[in-house]
Amino acid sequence: MSALTRIAAVSRKEFLQLSRDRMSFGMIIMIPLVQLLLFGYAINSVVRHVPIAVVDLSGSAAARVITEQVRVTQVVDIVSRFDTPQEAEAAVIAGEVRAALVFPRDLARRVAAGDTVGQWLVDASDTMVSSALLSLRTMPLKLDAAAPAAAYTASPPTFEVSLFFNPERRSAVNIVPGLTAIVLTMTMILFTALALVRERELGNMELLITTPIHPIELMVAKLVPYILVGLVQVAIILGLGRVVFDVPFLGGLGTLALATLVFIAASLTLGLLISTIARTQLQAMQLTIFILLPSILLSGFMFPYDAMPVAAQYIAEAFPATHFVRLVRGVVLRGAETGQLAGDMLWLGGFTLVMLLVATARFHKRLD
Amino acid sequence: MTEYAIRARGISKRFGDLTAVDHLDMEVESGRIFGFLGPNGSGKTTTIRMLCGLLTPSDGDVEVLGLKVPEQAEQLRQRIGYMTQKFSLYTDLSTRENLRFMADIYGLDRRDRWRRIDEVLAQFTLTDLRDRRLDAMSGGQRQRVALAAATLHRPTLLFLDEPTSAVDPENRRDFWEKLFDLSEAGTTILVSTHYMDEAERCHRLAILERGQVRRNDAPDALMQALDGRVIEVNGPGLRQLRQHLMAQPEVVSAAQQGSSLRVLLGEPVAAPLDYLRGQLNDPAQQPRATRPNLEDVFMAATSGERAA
Repeated sequence: MSALTRIAAVSRKEFLQLSRDRMSFGMIIMIPLVQLLLFGYAINSVVRHVPIAVVDLSGSAAARVITEQVRVTQVVDIVSRFDTPQEAEAAVIAGEVRAALVFPRDLARRVAAGDTVGQWLVDASDTMVSSALLSLRTMPLKLDAAAPAAAYTASPPTFEVSLFFNPERRSAVNIVPGLTAIVLTMTMILFTALALVRERELGNMELLITTPIHPIELMVAKLVPYILVGLVQVAIILGLGRVVFDVPFLGGLGTLALATLVFIAASLTLGLLISTIARTQLQAMQLTIFILLPSILLSGFMFPYDAMPVAAQYIAEAFPATHFVRLVRGVVLRGAETGQLAGDMLWLGGFTLVMLLVATARFHKRLD
Repeated sequence: MTEYAIRARGISKRFGDLTAVDHLDMEVESGRIFGFLGPNGSGKTTTIRMLCGLLTPSDGDVEVLGLKVPEQAEQLRQRIGYMTQKFSLYTDLSTRENLRFMADIYGLDRRDRWRRIDEVLAQFTLTDLRDRRLDAMSGGQRQRVALAAATLHRPTLLFLDEPTSAVDPENRRDFWEKLFDLSEAGTTILVSTHYMDEAERCHRLAILERGQVRRNDAPDALMQALDGRVIEVNGPGLRQLRQHLMAQPEVVSAAQQGSSLRVLLGEPVAAPLDYLRGQLNDPAQQPRATRPNLEDVFMAATSGERAA
């Protein structure tokens, strides 16, 4: 009996404490809600609407008919057209499109001969995306409008598919670079999220704010050590990925370093902002998880960005991890150069600046 | 002409419904040790925080070292030192690492830095503890490090918020010797405490209760003001006597100390000793007037309406 009373006493106390911690209470509601929406609505392992480019060297009516039939499969969205395969390849490397469909000059002759009608140049770094495109390899075509029943099935496959960057379609190739984004999101945000809160909890903050230190100095100073930590983490993941999982490294170190730096800075400043919101280390940790979950699920690390509904893609754009997953895969797997990745880098840079200013503005050298 | 390090006029601080500090006036003369004596929750910490610009007063004006606070608080930072009630240095760093950190934050000259750190290490007898981490130190040692850190940048005004609450009496005495050294060198010190022996050491003392100043004078003057009103009773039956006395409106307080009962009578009592004789319940009880101490002052100041 007394055991029950004691258990009830502690449980009651836990409930009381929980109900006084508004943020923890909110998390109890928000985490299942957000998870449910993310998994149920945004996450889609059936890949559709992959952005592609078309290069029509034949200029023929057949090319237009085939293109239309490829489009109605809904597996791809045709987002651009190029005049040469080289331009299309550059677009694939820059990450503007995931694949290009090239129709040769002699398309009419091939159609007549029942031969392969075109070639897919596919960025195969994401195995889910490349699988979706490979499914088009033997798709039947209907080329004679007058005789719709006579389906075109070439004895060689309908399309030839060239898999770039990851011809063996190993998932590690895609996972390892993306993992840097997740590990950095996890550690960088958490480190700085705790940084100010810890000083506040331990009482160091009251001393610090009576000193002449300026808020922006404090904010910048809190970031610098962790930038080094982040660089070490990236080096470990990519180094081991290279040695153990044989992940290729096609891009330049300079580009990678630049991309990593802006992402680390963005994550750290996001953590700082959390630090100015959370009152306790527990709250800071919860807020970090709250950002971490969608970063993992929406960034394209686990599920292809292209397969997500448009609304989810807009939300995904708000998270730095989405931009860095794109950047690091571009540099490491496709050898993209700084110029081709400028958009995402600028976005991260801008994000950093805004977060730093907001965090500084939120941080007062006052206790009231 | 007297110079004042601190002048506060009618300052109040309200947190929602709670009025922590209520129209408080105070002046602290330069170069003196000024004490805040008050029970927990009497507004000592809130007042100190307002004086150094950490809290914005709801009402009133504050001028510290000739600067308007909180408007000019940033200019003030370099000239004040603040020892928080809760220990606020980094316990996972050593003495020297903490001092080095504070020296850099206050922008001490690079060449001067280590010389000054060695100086305060010697001044606060910390030289042997310079490489020890603070989490491996006693309360008294930590307080010395905290004082060293607060005075490192040679502030002219020092705020100490219950600096010795975790310190044993002997270390407390040493700590106060250091404060007198600093005062001698011209530093103004505002110290809050709830220890009577500490309060008695101050040049001047303000007794706070519920956010208001009840008394403000030199400790001696405060005690003298109660002359003749403190009666000690020896003898049997003191518990019953105390109960009886506490029910009388003329009695401010009655507290047993060992085998005697210390009774403080209110101002309107013209002849305290005679009055008390009339209240005794046992012929063996022996009343005699005794010298008032600071606790009596404190009781008289904080007993509210009863003291009248």
